[in-house]
Amino acid sequence: MEQMVNVFIMGKQYKVPASLTIMKAFEYAGYKLIRGCGCRNGFCGACATVYRIKGDRELKVCLACSTQVEEGMCLTQLPFYPLIKEIYNIEEVKPTEQVMMQLYPEIYACIGCNSCTNSCTQELNVMQYIAYAQRGEYEKCAEESFDCVMCGCCSTRCPAGISHPQVAMLARRLNGKYIAPACGHLADRVEEIASGKCEAAIRANMALSDAEIREMYNNREIEK
Amino acid sequence: MYTEEMLESIKLVEAAREANAAMEPRRMTAEEKEQVLKENHPDYREDQFDVLSVGPNKGEKAPKELVKLLQSDSRLKDNLPDLSCPDYETDVLIIGGGGAGASAAIEADEAGQKVMMVTKLRIGDANTMMAEGGIQAADKPNDSPAQHFLDAYGGGHFAADKELVYKLVTEAPDCIQWLNKLGVEFDKDKDGNMITTHGGGTSRKRMHAAKDYSGAEIMRTLRDEVLNRQIPVIDFTSAIELILDDKGHCAGAVLQNMETGEILIAKAKVVVIATGGAGRMHYQGFPTSNHYGATADGLVLAYRVGAPLREQYTLQYHPTGAAFPEQIFGALVTEKVRSLGAKLVNVKGEVFMNPLETRDVTAATVIRECRRGNQVNTPGGQGVWLDTPMIDLKNGEGTIEKRIPAMLRMFGKYGIDIRKQPIIIYPTLHYQNGGVKVGTDSQTCVENLFVAGEAAGGVHGENRLMGNSLLDVIVFGRNAGKYAAAKAKDVVVGKLTLDHVAKFEKELEEAGITPDTVSPMLLPDYTRKVND
Repeated sequence: MEQMVNVFIMGKQYKVPASLTIMKAFEYAGYKLIRGCGCRNGFCGACATVYRIKGDRELKVCLACSTQVEEGMCLTQLPFYPLIKEIYNIEEVKPTEQVMMQLYPEIYACIGCNSCTNSCTQELNVMQYIAYAQRGEYEKCAEESFDCVMCGCCSTRCPAGISHPQVAMLARRLNGKYIAPACGHLADRVEEIASGKCEAAIRANMALSDAEIREMYNNREIEK
Repeated sequence: MYTEEMLESIKLVEAAREANAAMEPRRMTAEEKEQVLKENHPDYREDQFDVLSVGPNKGEKAPKELVKLLQSDSRLKDNLPDLSCPDYETDVLIIGGGGAGASAAIEADEAGQKVMMVTKLRIGDANTMMAEGGIQAADKPNDSPAQHFLDAYGGGHFAADKELVYKLVTEAPDCIQWLNKLGVEFDKDKDGNMITTHGGGTSRKRMHAAKDYSGAEIMRTLRDEVLNRQIPVIDFTSAIELILDDKGHCAGAVLQNMETGEILIAKAKVVVIATGGAGRMHYQGFPTSNHYGATADGLVLAYRVGAPLREQYTLQYHPTGAAFPEQIFGALVTEKVRSLGAKLVNVKGEVFMNPLETRDVTAATVIRECRRGNQVNTPGGQGVWLDTPMIDLKNGEGTIEKRIPAMLRMFGKYGIDIRKQPIIIYPTLHYQNGGVKVGTDSQTCVENLFVAGEAAGGVHGENRLMGNSLLDVIVFGRNAGKYAAAKAKDVVVGKLTLDHVAKFEKELEEAGITPDTVSPMLLPDYTRKVND
């Protein structure tokens, strides 16, 4: 007999197999998910979930798709949270401190409570990356926030009303476009293709007979 | 976490690790590959395929589950909506909110057309978001588009449309630059050179990555750009049937609110299908690495209006799906794990193949190794070891943490530290190699109907290489967006009609088919039947 545990979905009790993820426990209980379910593997942030274990004071957060159920888990999903996403033109913004002041001034109201970090489903140091954003250190902000899946749990707990995932998104785009070093060999190849320098070789491959291209493919040299 | 039996086997893997890491397993010959595929690859299991009785591919074979879906009733069968007062009117209607749809939307917007996206979940809930390993582009001095062509065309068993492959590889560097200029981060060295690795079947190291969140980094940036451009995104809304006009040209779609069920009419000058793949069809009972909405909707929509499919008989089973623990059964273990040096090892601790053969060959060889009795048994099935500690052994400590943090996290949640212990893998349903037939302008044979990304066929032949799918969604998403926008400028939409629905139903009847299902599927049904 499969081991079962009691979970409380929005307060209502269900007995489910102990091996299930929270997401599968919903489905086992009879729910058909529309919201609160995306990639089912920890990348999209659709299934942010808040829970307490009965008898425990601590409020916990997780992604339902990649967390196993526990006895006494009392949970609810946060399928949507109203984050602030400011509109900007990536061609016109510059990686200066001012851009954050203009678009997300609330980050300077951070009181350092660390609730964001404590509620990150990816275990990121959220408060630290907000500090980097405050100082215009976008490269560090980008690196620290890189694994963010934008589930929004951090923002639900923030007394300053910061939309952390959107701040990090802006920092990463600024870093990717303006701060990280440009790639010389990429620019060269784009130019070579545009000027037609790569055309003859590929057209020659395309003109080979079926037997010829098989021969060429099967004997091609593979870089070590 | 691991069972006693597994731990015994791990001892053998550990004992052989140093020697295994140092060796260079030979590549298979063309004949050996053909044989292992024929004997072990799921595509070769004749009893898992049926012949289509209706539609543009009548007489051709397809997976049983897809045949059933394509020959199902329309969701509008006995209840055609009124088309006279459309709820939405736009120039370019994009169905699908993944990488191809977002790229198409950005380009069509850039061309000055009125664009609207509809997606049955949220924008970004797509396989693009889950792509881990990377994106190919021949931008290094020792590489060329011609070499990339050879790898892609050969890896696809010489079945792809050469002109589509040409476009894929020659536009690849420009697409990397386009993404980088949008602010997508790539792994680079301090001078800006791209850090690139091999994928299965590549002859040059041309895999660009953003750690093992490559697709997520691309997708969240494209999503941000779509939102910055204030392109309307109608989320939690599916397309359930295309609309034609009296000239037989595509002119919109019937939409349905996923939550309320409300039917809505969208009229458009041109339509782009970018609905992605079909992993949630669970062909042959395989688990899948795909997102919740990967149910082949685009194929169904296009097929009903007469657009043919190609290579619909071939699916990609990713060789390394997680086989243990059961909570992540079928989840993707990125090929980058092998690119970085981890090898496939059997229960006895033996390396049984070169881990960077093409995906179809690798998957088939893993299945063969299990059939030979060299499998690691799991409570729910079987698999072989992927010896992840080899990565830090070969590249230095900290490599796993730096280059594949998502994998470290995914297994870490279940008490497995992939830096110290190997993991168990088995093939998982990953990709639809074929799709709707399109030309180099991404248009189907139905005028004003475009298809891009995984829903389109012909780019990858019968097997796709790692890193060519993220590339596909960007190259052909942009391509479809540009051509669709240009086309929309001259389109005058005629009278809207859904006559093709009745026509298709009649075809089904004449073929003696009485469907007991409706399609598109929209979402898989995982709900336990609590009253059964």
